[in-house]
Amino acid sequence: MARQAVREQQGITLRGSAEIVAEFFSYGINSILYQRGIYPPETFTRVQKYGLTLLVTTDPELKNYLNNVVEQMKEWLCKCLVQRLVVVISSIESNEVLERWQFDIECDKTAKDETVPREKSQKAIQDEIRSVIRQITATVTFLPLLETACAFDLLIYTDKDMAVPEKWEESGPQFIANSEEVRLRSFTTTIHKVNSMVAYKKDSFP
Amino acid sequence: MAHLVFEADLHGLLKLDTPIPNAPLARWQRKAKESGAPGPGADAGVSPMKPANRLPSGSKTPGRTPGKSASKIQSTPTKAGGDRYIPNRSTMQMDMANFLLTKENDPAEDSPTKKEQQKAWAVNLNGFDVEEAKILRLSGKPQNAPEGYQNNLKVLYSQKTTPTSSRKNGRYIPSMPDRILDAPEIRNDYYLNLIDWSSQNFLAVALDNSVYLWNCTSGEIIHLLQMEHPDDYVSSVSWVKEGNYLAVGTSNAEVQLWDIQQQKRLRNMVSHSSRVGSLSWNSYILSSGARTGHIHHHDVRVAEHHVATLSGHTQEVCGLKWSLDGRYLASGGNDNLVNIWPATQGDSGDYAPVQTFTQHQGAVKAVAWCPWQSNVLATGGGTSDRHIRIWNVCSGTCLSAVDAHSQVCSILWSTNYKEFISGHGFVQNQLVIWKYPTMTKVTELRGHTARVLNLTMSPDGSMVASAAADETLRFWRCFEMDPIKKKEKEKANSAKTSIIHQGIR
Repeated sequence: MARQAVREQQGITLRGSAEIVAEFFSYGINSILYQRGIYPPETFTRVQKYGLTLLVTTDPELKNYLNNVVEQMKEWLCKCLVQRLVVVISSIESNEVLERWQFDIECDKTAKDETVPREKSQKAIQDEIRSVIRQITATVTFLPLLETACAFDLLIYTDKDMAVPEKWEESGPQFIANSEEVRLRSFTTTIHKVNSMVAYKKDSFP
Repeated sequence: MAHLVFEADLHGLLKLDTPIPNAPLARWQRKAKESGAPGPGADAGVSPMKPANRLPSGSKTPGRTPGKSASKIQSTPTKAGGDRYIPNRSTMQMDMANFLLTKENDPAEDSPTKKEQQKAWAVNLNGFDVEEAKILRLSGKPQNAPEGYQNNLKVLYSQKTTPTSSRKNGRYIPSMPDRILDAPEIRNDYYLNLIDWSSQNFLAVALDNSVYLWNCTSGEIIHLLQMEHPDDYVSSVSWVKEGNYLAVGTSNAEVQLWDIQQQKRLRNMVSHSSRVGSLSWNSYILSSGARTGHIHHHDVRVAEHHVATLSGHTQEVCGLKWSLDGRYLASGGNDNLVNIWPATQGDSGDYAPVQTFTQHQGAVKAVAWCPWQSNVLATGGGTSDRHIRIWNVCSGTCLSAVDAHSQVCSILWSTNYKEFISGHGFVQNQLVIWKYPTMTKVTELRGHTARVLNLTMSPDGSMVASAAADETLRFWRCFEMDPIKKKEKEKANSAKTSIIHQGIR
């Protein structure tokens, strides 16, 4: 809490912005996993964040997995190397991609050389993030039900010449054929801008 | 949301200039498939134009938050049809199509300048060069959900009516409504509060731009008012405690006060800037909640009626209820928050909520105070949440929560049986009676063929009226007191008063 208060007075630095965005992804991915029913709801617990009650997983393996991703994201965001984060939800049996949550990241590269932090209040950023998370929660009203058991995958789009760290492997984009897309709200920390959208398989009429 | 999909499909079919789904592949598509056209794995063979391969298909940008309104999303066609039949020639790029058909699609033939151009386009549209991007995937996936775990949302969509259990209810609750009235043109908008039952036994119903009063004792119907402008509609109605005045909130941000005896408008209070979806009375103070998220207090006795503004919501205030002792005002909004406001201002002169509850994951329209336990509030969440929560507003704790498996539109408490009733939507459009505080289901009342929008209770507490999107009003005799029990209760009440009298002596 004290760190946050200090940050408020100092404005947004590159490192601070990377932390905010990485944190958003952590809570955002947890929300998607809960809302879409990928994991049983009993394995989630409520926490207060951004002035909302959010659900995060208590499963230790999953927590570990997500923490790895978030830590890596923080590093890459600081260096402005990551362009997109995608959560792919596919059916376990058929391996077919049913839903694709895409978060585009626009990084202002000039911030790397800046020493003076940028002006934007924590509260304004929190409000924007809150709207996006609320939208993710509300998507259950129009997204088609995931009938079969599903698994999720996390894809990150980075620069071509970046070295692949251990634990990561190259992959295809895993687009959805015949998809319906909905663009959600975006938020910006003045250094990083995150645009969100969800693509889902168009329901074929029986 | 089968009906939304159906409507979207219907519109898609009727439009005729979007590609027809499930159509047989066109000749050029089949040719491309045979020659093994390159492209990202899942996208192969669908779009003829190269840059489109790098973009996801058919983007659309809804103007409002998806899922929060009933409007349909228009999709723009991006690909030329998948069928030989050309319904709309003007949108077909005939020259381009002809060129692509006749020339064999060979990406290697692209001139270097063309490649540069395409690259520039891709960078512009994607924000970065997708070709240059590397896509990484974290290996070693976490354990999937345990075997046999079925997505619990399935319950939402496949609820089957449970056979009436062998549980003894203890009383007979008729499963059919006492009466069904027609409510034509009722607005199917979750966020409005269109019915209210007065202490004088009049039911006020807002049907689009008119308000009708139904005299429950005589059956007479009175057409009280009609909006001047045809585009305006009534968004909320609320009776004052005595039942002689009716407050009406409208889509053009007005709060009107009507005298029922003379059927005349007494006041027209304008202070909001957007539609007034919720109203609640606290003796002479009328509180109104608007689409902007602001709540105004109006003192209806004075000319300067707007006496206070409460800003605690960032989206439409759809649930608004003063507690029965007049000490707290509970408000629920489309921003998933529940705020508890004190009746008096704080030290700074501003109204600040004493409690804010963020646990609901959906819009909170159902807000109801417990009549026999002070400081106990029941709230219900919309489609994304589906939970009913009971709170103690003094301590701020959630006493209990129950998953209702369906959008909750309204909650009413019943003193007669220490129960509460909730109204629901998709799939069953039922009313559920719950026992308090055990939170067990007493019974479910079915009959509505579309989602329930509002509930209101009769002055004697024995009947509940429900208004639904199927344009009917159903009257359920669910809390009728047994005449013997009623006499006992009245005896108990009168005994109490005599003790008080003795005490004062």
